[in-house]
Amino acid sequence: MRLSLTSRLSVISALLPALMVMLVVYIGATSWTAWMSLTNSRMLPNNNFVGFRQYELLLTNDRWLTSVHNVIIYGVLFVSLALLIGFLLAVAIDQRVRAEDTIRSIYLYPYAMSFVVTGLVWQWLLNPTLGIQHVLRSWGFAGATFDWIVRPETAIYCLVIAGVWQASGLVMAIMLAGLRGVDDEIWKAARVDGLPKWRVYISIVIPMMGASFATAAVLLSTAVVRLYDLSVSMTNGGPGIASEVPAKFVMDHLFERANIGLATAAATTMLITVIAVVAPYLYWRARKGEVR
Amino acid sequence: MSATALSSGRPRRISPARWGLYAFILITALYFLLPLYVMIVTSLKPMAEIRQGNLLALPASPSLAAWVKAWTSACTGLTCEGIRIGFFNSLRILVPSVVISILVGSLTGYALSLWRVRGANILFGAMMVVAFIPYQVFIYPLVRVFSFTGLGQSLATIVTIHTIFGLPTMTLLFRNYFTSLPVELFKAARIDGAGFYQIYARIMMPMATPMIVVAVILQTTGIWNDFILGLVFAGRDNLPMTVQLNNIVNSTQGERAYNVDMAATLLTALLPLVVYFGSGRWFVRGIAAGAVKG
Repeated sequence: MRLSLTSRLSVISALLPALMVMLVVYIGATSWTAWMSLTNSRMLPNNNFVGFRQYELLLTNDRWLTSVHNVIIYGVLFVSLALLIGFLLAVAIDQRVRAEDTIRSIYLYPYAMSFVVTGLVWQWLLNPTLGIQHVLRSWGFAGATFDWIVRPETAIYCLVIAGVWQASGLVMAIMLAGLRGVDDEIWKAARVDGLPKWRVYISIVIPMMGASFATAAVLLSTAVVRLYDLSVSMTNGGPGIASEVPAKFVMDHLFERANIGLATAAATTMLITVIAVVAPYLYWRARKGEVR
Repeated sequence: MSATALSSGRPRRISPARWGLYAFILITALYFLLPLYVMIVTSLKPMAEIRQGNLLALPASPSLAAWVKAWTSACTGLTCEGIRIGFFNSLRILVPSVVISILVGSLTGYALSLWRVRGANILFGAMMVVAFIPYQVFIYPLVRVFSFTGLGQSLATIVTIHTIFGLPTMTLLFRNYFTSLPVELFKAARIDGAGFYQIYARIMMPMATPMIVVAVILQTTGIWNDFILGLVFAGRDNLPMTVQLNNIVNSTQGERAYNVDMAATLLTALLPLVVYFGSGRWFVRGIAAGAVKG
């Protein structure tokens, strides 16, 4: 139906905030960041074009290379472990267990807590002097060592432990919804055929849950790129620069090290990476939407 | 319940597989509960006991002294007024941010779902894409924009920022909900002569109560748990609780008071935990609605 002028004005007024946000914040800010990455801005933005100089500097910057290396390690381990643990938890809950609601609440509650809280709790648990290592030794395992958080080679794995603890419940919730959507007939048919349950999960159920896995994987991946609070609160990037991450690199260079050009080059690199991951997913969802 | 078909007869006898299942659930549940347990017992012990004793041991004589200290006199940088400052800052940020972001998001979702606007799908699609983009891309330009407008770092700024970054998810939530309502409802109201805002305020929002509950849960936990936006945009007088907590724990000079640290950490986690355990299945619904984009 055709809209009257008043209706049309009302619709436009309602969409004004969203339009403003799109234009000013998203498109405007993104282009400005991209442009700044091509200048030699230090403490204050300037427009001295230097081409891809900042990106070249980035590629020889130890701190950036460590950050990228760390986020890859973190990303691979965090996403795969959270998916695996989350899926196993969902399968366990889906076996008609007692006190299902309580168990589910226990698995999911870490997700309600902030990364800062998560980081600080695990910093305390992993504290070599008084934390888990100390407990193990007091139980008689005299040589037990669990000092990952103070060692440069292993600090990043501590972030993985904390991150997986925080996010597995989310995966569990998504997977459980997926499992509950599996048709009962499939289970009946499999039982008639005498298939063992684990075979049914591997051969039939998991392939049917592609959408749940994709959703969970994309959510976890965006959390990987955003990884900042956890690194700040748990290790503050340390020991040394051992657990630095790209988001922290950008923040530090913007607000402490007064190097806007380098920071925006790093931010733009993050942006391109995210688009490369998310665009195919959104395209796939849109295609699926059309089919449905 | 779709799970009824899973296990066959003999409900009385417990098979070895069943034992394995419960063992798995018990061990994983302990792993998930361990940090919460350690936080609680640590916060109730005096420092001497923490230094000598075992991380997992129950406190010999539980005391709330660390909680009182964390709330009223823990030091963040130069001031020693406790984490309560951060608590009230977070509250002042939270309430307007939740209300405004839901108002703007629901209105946008409503306009994009029921009204045929040219370009609506493009706008919506673009919003879904940017929902994934890391904050680092926007942060510096936004700092400049806000200092240019004279707002600088302030309560108004951080509320605006939360509204901006909450917009994609809120729009998605309400758009999907309004799309699922019977369209006849909307058409009938139009035929009766109701205008755009009348239909929104009188018909759509009252019907969207379940979505409003979900949105409040989602935004409350999200905004309360935010660290980076509060750090950059709130300004020194309005730093949220998460930022203050991090300052209390990580910038202490001298010996760390782990009991006070853990009490402050628990205090910061308290509101989201209350929301979580109080809301039950609504929280899961929020995850499902916010997570399954598109």
